Amino acid sequence: MKARAFRKTYTRIERITKATCEIRASDVKFGELAWIEDRPAQAIRIMEDMVTLQVFRGTEGLSTHSNIIFTGRPPSLAVSELLSGRIFNALGLPIDGGTPVTGEERVIKGAAVNPVKRAKPNVLLATGIAGIDLNNTLVTGQKIPFFADPDQPYNKVIAEVALRAEADKIVLGGMGLSNDDFLFFKNTFEAAGVMDKIVCFINTSEDSPLERLLVPDMACTAAEYFANDKQQKVLLLLSDMTLYADALAIVANKMDQIPSKDSMPGSLYSDLASIYEKAVQFDHGGSITMIAVTTLNEGDITHAIPDNTGYITEGQLFLRYDSDISKVIVDPFRSLSRLKQNVIGKKTREDHPQVMNALIRLYADAMDAKTKKENGFDLNEYDERCLSFSKDYAMKLLAIDINISVDEMLDTGWELLQKHFEKYEVGIKNELLKKYWRKETAESA
Amino acid sequence: MTRGNVTGVIANLLLIKVEGATTQNEICLVQAADKLLKAEVILVQKNIASAQLFESSSSIQIGAEVQFTGRMLEVELGPGILSKKYDGLQSDLEKMSGTFIEIGDSTPALDNDAKYEFTPLAVENDVVKAGSWLGFVMENNIEHKIMVPFSWKGDYKVTWIATKQTCGLHDVVAKVKDNQGNELEISMVQQWPVKVPLTGFVEKLRPGKIFHTGLRVIDTLNPMMEGGTGYIPGPFGTGKTVLQQAIAKNSEADVLVIVACGERANEVVEIFSEFPNLIDPVTGHKLDAKTTIICNTSNMPVAAREASVYVGMTIAEYYRCMGLKVLLLADSTSRWAQALREMSNRLEELPGQDAFPVELPSTIANFYSRTGIVKLNNGKLGSVTFIGTISPAGGNFKEPVTESTSKVAQCFYALSQKRADSKRYPAIDPLASYSKYIDYPEFESYSDVNIQHGWVEEINKVKEYLKIGLEARDQINILGDDAVPISYHINFWKSELIDFGIIQQNSFDDIDMRTEMERQQYMLNFMLEICAVEYQFEEFEEVRDFFKNIINLVSQMNFSEFSSSDFKENEEQARKTILEKTKNYESQGVS
Repeated sequence: MKARAFRKTYTRIERITKATCEIRASDVKFGELAWIEDRPAQAIRIMEDMVTLQVFRGTEGLSTHSNIIFTGRPPSLAVSELLSGRIFNALGLPIDGGTPVTGEERVIKGAAVNPVKRAKPNVLLATGIAGIDLNNTLVTGQKIPFFADPDQPYNKVIAEVALRAEADKIVLGGMGLSNDDFLFFKNTFEAAGVMDKIVCFINTSEDSPLERLLVPDMACTAAEYFANDKQQKVLLLLSDMTLYADALAIVANKMDQIPSKDSMPGSLYSDLASIYEKAVQFDHGGSITMIAVTTLNEGDITHAIPDNTGYITEGQLFLRYDSDISKVIVDPFRSLSRLKQNVIGKKTREDHPQVMNALIRLYADAMDAKTKKENGFDLNEYDERCLSFSKDYAMKLLAIDINISVDEMLDTGWELLQKHFEKYEVGIKNELLKKYWRKETAESA
Repeated sequence: MTRGNVTGVIANLLLIKVEGATTQNEICLVQAADKLLKAEVILVQKNIASAQLFESSSSIQIGAEVQFTGRMLEVELGPGILSKKYDGLQSDLEKMSGTFIEIGDSTPALDNDAKYEFTPLAVENDVVKAGSWLGFVMENNIEHKIMVPFSWKGDYKVTWIATKQTCGLHDVVAKVKDNQGNELEISMVQQWPVKVPLTGFVEKLRPGKIFHTGLRVIDTLNPMMEGGTGYIPGPFGTGKTVLQQAIAKNSEADVLVIVACGERANEVVEIFSEFPNLIDPVTGHKLDAKTTIICNTSNMPVAAREASVYVGMTIAEYYRCMGLKVLLLADSTSRWAQALREMSNRLEELPGQDAFPVELPSTIANFYSRTGIVKLNNGKLGSVTFIGTISPAGGNFKEPVTESTSKVAQCFYALSQKRADSKRYPAIDPLASYSKYIDYPEFESYSDVNIQHGWVEEINKVKEYLKIGLEARDQINILGDDAVPISYHINFWKSELIDFGIIQQNSFDDIDMRTEMERQQYMLNFMLEICAVEYQFEEFEEVRDFFKNIINLVSQMNFSEFSSSDFKENEEQARKTILEKTKNYESQGVS
């Protein structure tokens, strides 16, 4: 990322906004990286000889007489095996005290994968969390965000998922992470002894918000290197994409763009898609699976950021605090994994789809009973059974601290069904009941 | 050729200083490193042309040379389009070698070395004009007509036509003379600018003949016509794409053009992996033999999104001129509108609602009006039926794309979050949705003859039952089960019966996924028969038990082969149950 010495130096800035500055320069390429003293910047508009630079560290304290050098190429990342186990800032420079990585310089925000070269994602990605594996099964090559309110432990959950998933590499892109959260990730990975397969690109809340714009592209470039060049299974974690989108809005605003919904730039969909669509399953077995975090404002999913995200990603996972069991659970109603159909009952046990649906349906009955109770109506015997089932279900399967295999989840599911219900109440195919229903039913007893 | 130089770059908008004449919507080629990148002129001010680049503008330098081609964005039309997977500019994706689509990668649309057996249809001295059939070649299982180029005006006389023989794509297969005596040669391939409607037919007719999709909620309740238009708006997760794919798999189209416009790449991959293995229920051949896919997924260049829908439409119009029933599907038109918005914004135009360009409604209207059923030069009919999906922001239908489309599309298939949540698929809301074709006298007379006399009345009757049922449900929810008359429960359960018997359909079940019109007619009549019976119940719980039983039997009918013994047994059982119920009541009434 260092500037080349023979490049011409410019010394006169004509206009400075909070996020951009303009200078007169010739021979500049669109998207080119420039250095204003020690601040990196990117050419985002060129009119004749007037170049608008987006200054990643902000323009605070920037003098009109700063030295500006153009590097002649867009922001890039040196990729090689040496990336493993390292922590970088948004510009790809080490912040772990180590030396810069040597390797092939790759332009970030690279080309799209030709759709005909993609493979259909159908390899199960187990996390041990039943709220995910049982109800919203993930598949390698999938992209899925956690929709969570800011007070929920989403970073803890994605760190947990990352550690349990069988990935060759874990790439973490942190945008606006609090320093505490950053240290949490670092300590968790170190404690688990997996630092050698981690690559981090971190922008904390102490860093400039505009620098965040580079983080997902840096992380995707590293992930693509391992997934395609090295044919590895890569898990890419991005937290928090809402803060990334906020940074987009700042730049758009300073560029005098007309905002669309919720003050977001009109290109928000394309901007987010260019990141999320990096999730891919290659024919050769390499893959990028993307697990992101989109923080919500009091659960509002109609806001432009979660709304556009929902149209791009393959489902979403909702976290919710369940006061009945005093734990955070994965909400079975609002969560969805679009690609689960590719694996459940095929790569997992045959009874998976039916057991999953039966449990959710009965949980829905329990929620109805709960409403009934709250409204002061009398509960019948079935309602009571549903309620006690829902507690068990939340405790043993929905809570995010569960860590068991999919078979164990299904066995637990059968156990709960038999504990609280009769055969005819669960709505499962006879063929499966014959095989898995162990309890003597009332009629046959 | 006009030349110019790049003087400004704002994302994929280029400002070009032009030396000489330029035309609006002209394609120009921009030099970037060792490649020429396509861009389209979208605004001219004095000697500065603004052009949208169909690629990432990364690495474009001020001063870069630009050549103006003098032609608008064109597609190549000829045999070999079917089974192809194109990008938004009609590059054949399978001919690209790399894993990634690099800036400027482009490949020929047709297989230029391919040979086809040409069979003449015209003879010497025939008088022909644009769109006239000269002969045909077999493309997969379709007679691909070789036609007089659509851009030619006036009448021509055939002076020579090839005999039945194997020809190359670019070989001359016919020669014609214009009225000035100039001889012109015709091959199997021609070009057409995508933004201009492709004519070559005599007149457009009013749709009135049902376009069978195999989905009951569409065919029975909100029918689509050959040459008709429809749109499917819905929040994410309500099954827009699944519904469109179900239509693609089961419709009676001769040719299927799918435009994946700014959506997920994995969804296209699903089509790629499924269609070659699926059998088209109409032709019995592999589904991909009649299908062309144009994909510009959400991470591919934004400007080519707009191009992709026009490329799809032009290809559909081309096959229509061969006298075929073409179905064009676009998922999603919102992404196209967003691409227009991004560009309008960069041009610093005054924005319309939600920052969309003010001409959005007319752009959408012009696009939808290119569909239709047409009479060709030889009196035969051809049609382009179009169904587009819309992804409204926040799931709110009060937004410019949905509103503009509602003014031009005749069928509206509203996907409801509530139905999707309760797993009632397809999640089409039967009452909010509509087909304006039901009120067309053309459809009424067509259905009177081809389906059954008074069919339209029957449809309206079913809708009435649904409406009354909905009202009853609201009352029950407000007042409670006990507080409403039993008749409310009966009305509610009648609408549930229609919901389960007609509207809900399992697109993963081999039999239920596609329902023939004859069977739809049978089921509609059966449902109406059940609903017409006067029922009497003592308790509201009785109503539920009774109808749950009937619904179960009707569902079993839907899962069995039409008129099979299973089917008949369940029907018999249902009739018996109803008869017993009414008898029971009558005998009670006597005593």
